[in-house]
Amino acid sequence: MYELIGVTKQYRRGQERVDALAGVDLTLAQGDRLVIQGPTGGGKSTLLQMLGGLDRPTSGRVLLDGTDLAALPERKLTAVRGQNIGFVFQSFNLIPTLTAQENVETALVPLGVKPAERRSRAAEALESVGLGERSGHLPSELSGGQQQRVAIARALVKRPKVLLADEPTGNLDESMRDEIVELLEGLWKEHGLTFVMVTHDSAIARRAPRLATIRKGRITIKENPRAATPDRASAPVPGTASDPVEA
Amino acid sequence: MFFTYLRRELRRRRKAALVVASGLALGIALVIVVNSVSSGMNQAQGKVLESLYGLGTDLTVTKAQERPADGAQPQRPRFEFQGKDEGEEQSSDRLMVQGFQTLADSTVATVAGQPGVDRAVGGLSLVNLKINGEFARGRIQRGQTQQGPPGAETGGNGSGIGGGSGGGSGPGDTVTGGGAAFDVDSFTLYGTDVTAPDLGPLTTSTVSQGRTFETTETDAAVAVVDSAYAQEKDLAVGDELTVKNVAFEIVGIATADRGQAAAQVYLPLKRAQTLSASAAEITTIYVKATDSTRIDAVKTAIQKNVTGTTVTTSADLAQTVSGSLDTAADLASNVGKWLSYAVLLAAVLVAGLLTSSAVTRRVREFGTLKALGWKSGRVTRQVVGEALVNGFIGGALGIAIGLAGAYAVTAVSPTLTAELGSTGGMFGGGGGGGRGGMVFGGGPAGTAAGKTVDIALTAPVSVTTVGLAVLLALGGGLVAGAFGAWRASRLRPADALRRVE
Repeated sequence: MYELIGVTKQYRRGQERVDALAGVDLTLAQGDRLVIQGPTGGGKSTLLQMLGGLDRPTSGRVLLDGTDLAALPERKLTAVRGQNIGFVFQSFNLIPTLTAQENVETALVPLGVKPAERRSRAAEALESVGLGERSGHLPSELSGGQQQRVAIARALVKRPKVLLADEPTGNLDESMRDEIVELLEGLWKEHGLTFVMVTHDSAIARRAPRLATIRKGRITIKENPRAATPDRASAPVPGTASDPVEA
Repeated sequence: MFFTYLRRELRRRRKAALVVASGLALGIALVIVVNSVSSGMNQAQGKVLESLYGLGTDLTVTKAQERPADGAQPQRPRFEFQGKDEGEEQSSDRLMVQGFQTLADSTVATVAGQPGVDRAVGGLSLVNLKINGEFARGRIQRGQTQQGPPGAETGGNGSGIGGGSGGGSGPGDTVTGGGAAFDVDSFTLYGTDVTAPDLGPLTTSTVSQGRTFETTETDAAVAVVDSAYAQEKDLAVGDELTVKNVAFEIVGIATADRGQAAAQVYLPLKRAQTLSASAAEITTIYVKATDSTRIDAVKTAIQKNVTGTTVTTSADLAQTVSGSLDTAADLASNVGKWLSYAVLLAAVLVAGLLTSSAVTRRVREFGTLKALGWKSGRVTRQVVGEALVNGFIGGALGIAIGLAGAYAVTAVSPTLTAELGSTGGMFGGGGGGGRGGMVFGGGPAGTAAGKTVDIALTAPVSVTTVGLAVLLALGGGLVAGAFGAWRASRLRPADALRRVE
């Protein structure tokens, strides 16, 4: 599904050159679940943006089903994002003026889905995250957990191949965190998605079958035999967010 | 989704939307009011000029002012009264050409033959002056030392109205009594070409009673009288009016559309020429051009090809307009125009800044939409759409305010005064008037008296003005949205998301 070959990303910060990614090689199969951890500024979010086609590498290739996202023109890259990749952000990134239902519908707009079908699919997606009755509410009328559920529904409504989550529980309290993690794991299991999540939360990281750690732009991958499998996906999240995970 | 998103966004930012729309509305309202008032000014000026020219006349041709020969006196009327017995009435009835300058009526055909001239008709402007009265002799009373024979008398010197102060008498004699009492009756006449009722001096008036001349009445003893003169002299349709001992039947009463009438009495041209002993002579040629946009070219052609004439266009005449109408027109065309465009420009700039600032605040929003697969064009359309709606709301408000303003101006109808200065060769309207005004020493042509016309200002709003307002509103919205849209279109989703997270 994904193959990253020698991906580098360099930024300029004033006169200083920052190597956000320094030759990352990574392979992900369809249905894989990867959690990325690492210190702040280590390159976690940059790697996620490369996977999501939100940014282009300075060098290297980002292959998604054999297509090099790095080489695609902007228009086609936008289409790939619209069709295949669902995003969940730490700050939910909902449009504040649109209702939950309309926010979910925004993901179907680029696909040219007709309004009636858009509405029914958005309602269905909201039902699947347990917010069927809150579809007419504005984000400001929903709790943080509910807003993140709307964001998850928005990510999944287009039936993507990939779900990319950047600190999805970062702005939630512990009980909300558990709810969202369980929801994401359930959906991963249900839809057979390739699921990549960036998190600082070690308790969540421990549940992942593969752990990637990025430090100074370099990645190390570790298999986790104790991880939650699709069969154990609904188990409660152990530990707390402060527990470190060794890469 | 486009409209839902747009509506919600405008509702969320309604204060900013209101500021943008209000600014545009103010600018557009000013443009409408200034344009309509300016248009009203033009109409008012046109009406003022029409009151001199007559409807349909594009320019007039008169005889050019001639320099008197060395030592010669300017031509002026001269009256001679002979010494007659005391109490015997003396009178003079003169019908004179206004300004004493005439053109041969063959000039009409010459002018009509010039390029760009559609039609030309001649007119003869006259003044009728009747003086009627008698002299009374003064009586001399001899002084103590030098008694004359009883009953000796001497007449006034006749050199001035009011009597002499004695003469032919010795020291110590005094003169008592004596003098002269004369009535002066003066009125203006215009000989008009009855075969061309739609061109010439009578077109400045509307026949309110009776009828105008018929085209066959080229030499008929009929007259049309100005309503003010008719009222003063108690004349009505069917009455007789005597000019130079010739009786004319009054067939119509004409009322000047505004200001003073071109003359107090209108006669068929041929009759007027005969009465004033000005056969085949005219004072003014009224010219209608084939193309109203080429009047200057026609003027040049006539000046070049018909020598000894002065050609006056409405533009020339407009330059002589002064008074509050001229001041207001200047204000409308200068200060008003620039003020309205300055306000509009400021409004567009403010709208642009607010839109741009809104884009800055919504970076994450647009970045998210792009991450979801929204193309740059769709995001741009959303921003431009919002700016256009602001422009549309501003335009609608501005048009409503502008129409209300224009309506208010028309409802109030402030009266403006136009003062028309004298112009070389132009006819001078009513001239001496009929209230005993003296025309002694009447100057030569080209010194026509100034004329004052009061006119109510209106502010007509044309479809073009409303169209301009709509274009300005949408253009303003587009310009305001363009910068924000450009910024939104260039946003890279990774940068947009990184900047706020």
